[in-house]
Amino acid sequence: MTQLGLTDAVRDVIRRDLLVALRRRADALTTVVFFVIVTSLFPLGIGPEPAVLRMIAPGVLWVAALLSCLLSLGRLFTTDYVDGVLEQLVLVPQPLTVLVGAKVAAHWLISGLPIVLLAPVLGLQYGLGGDVLGVLTLSLLLGTPTLSLIGAIGAALTLGVRGSHVLIALLVLPLFIPVLIFGAGAVTSYIAGIGVEANLSLLGACLMLAVVLAPWATAAALRIALE
Amino acid sequence: MQWNSLSEFLAMGGYGFYVWVSFGATALCLIGEVVLVRRRHAAVADGDGGGVS
Amino acid sequence: MSVTDINWFKYSSPQALYPLAGKLTPWFSALAVILMGAGLYIGLLLAPTDFQQGDSYRIIFVHVPAAWMSMFLYVVMALWAAIGLGLKARPSYMMAQAIAPTGAMFTFLALLTGSLWGKPTWGTWWVWDARLTSELILFFLYLGVMLLRTSIDDARRADRASAVFALVGVVNVPIIYFSVQWWNTLHQGASVSATAAPKMAAMMLLAMLIMSLGFWMYSIAVILARLRCVIREREERSSVAGQVERPVAVGGV
Repeated sequence: MTQLGLTDAVRDVIRRDLLVALRRRADALTTVVFFVIVTSLFPLGIGPEPAVLRMIAPGVLWVAALLSCLLSLGRLFTTDYVDGVLEQLVLVPQPLTVLVGAKVAAHWLISGLPIVLLAPVLGLQYGLGGDVLGVLTLSLLLGTPTLSLIGAIGAALTLGVRGSHVLIALLVLPLFIPVLIFGAGAVTSYIAGIGVEANLSLLGACLMLAVVLAPWATAAALRIALE
Repeated sequence: MQWNSLSEFLAMGGYGFYVWVSFGATALCLIGEVVLVRRRHAAVADGDGGGVS
Repeated sequence: MSVTDINWFKYSSPQALYPLAGKLTPWFSALAVILMGAGLYIGLLLAPTDFQQGDSYRIIFVHVPAAWMSMFLYVVMALWAAIGLGLKARPSYMMAQAIAPTGAMFTFLALLTGSLWGKPTWGTWWVWDARLTSELILFFLYLGVMLLRTSIDDARRADRASAVFALVGVVNVPIIYFSVQWWNTLHQGASVSATAAPKMAAMMLLAMLIMSLGFWMYSIAVILARLRCVIREREERSSVAGQVERPVAVGGV
């Protein structure tokens, strides 16, 4: 059993999570539908003025992405926690940090990637042009994995805690703020003609930092929760 | 000494409201915290038989 | 997950800590009163009026120390949390628990006084600039640490979970500091830095530093006092055998 390579284990974890998501399609769909509905509500609340919509689009799309990520975080570990799979993940010889990384990757594929792919379509609703949509997609592509990584820490910390749904929002949303600022900032500064490099680099830096630190913190939090 | 009279001091060059609300709020918070901690201490000290001390 | 899981041997340490904290508190309280008195005297009565901002600048004598303390205390709290996680030491978790409310209070004060300073200086109560925003994030982080602790019934898990979150949040503190350089908007650059220091009159700087020292001593005094409450409360709770630990009331803000 210990001969099962690390890459195999990672692949198995991702495959299993994707299969579970496929079997519970409604759960994954909820996140995406939520994203679509929230972004569609803003023009209805604010009015159809194209200039205004174009101005608020980056922020609205990014905040909606943030919230739908938050919505999906509850599922990240809860099912595995309830059916005992999580305890086995802790016990297997492969490092928990890497397995957590795999679970986060699966979570991003299920709830992050659809948002990245949908964002350009929803951006059209706000009258964004072709290259702006490209920047928006790129910023989301760089930013949403960071959201999943940070969110995993919150999900692990609040695992099985009463009132965890509200608590996780309180813990995770403040940590999301830098990503929001740089992500929406990239699009806004592109529209303003300032150039996107600075914001995208910072977004990339956040991702790098999260990739290094978040799985480690999540693994620690999971161990604490399972003890 | 910067001030010629008490009213001048209280006026703070026209910024009295902002200055005194800031200092007042700070004083209130610090004193309030001390009171709360004391009350908390009293609550624990009353409640038990064999304390640590 | 019950009280019986607690390592009783570690209890010897809080027992030594309790009287020590009690002995130190009056000294730090006295220092705090003296320093804050001196700081207020110099800041409000002796320091000259600023030629640009008039007397509204005097808010910095509470604003800057509060902001400094809010960040400093967070780092200290995270440090105790790290020590707790590293050495599995209960007293350091207790320290972290005792620090959080005071840190949150200073963060709140920094935001409030900053806003009161902003109104006459920039003409608006709130600006979405980097430092104010980061300070707001810091406030949320403190609330997160405290609420996570209160939401978890098992004291051991509460200790360790909030410690992990405090450490995760500490990544945010350097961002707070460097964010000023990243997108400096309406907020003036850091008033006190190696290059900017000559801008401030020596008297102003002196008052600010004395006030900061006073706030520091105050924090130590009130945190040690709260530490005693925490030790007492935990001991009381665990002395009731078999009873599941109740969430710790994080009062004092």
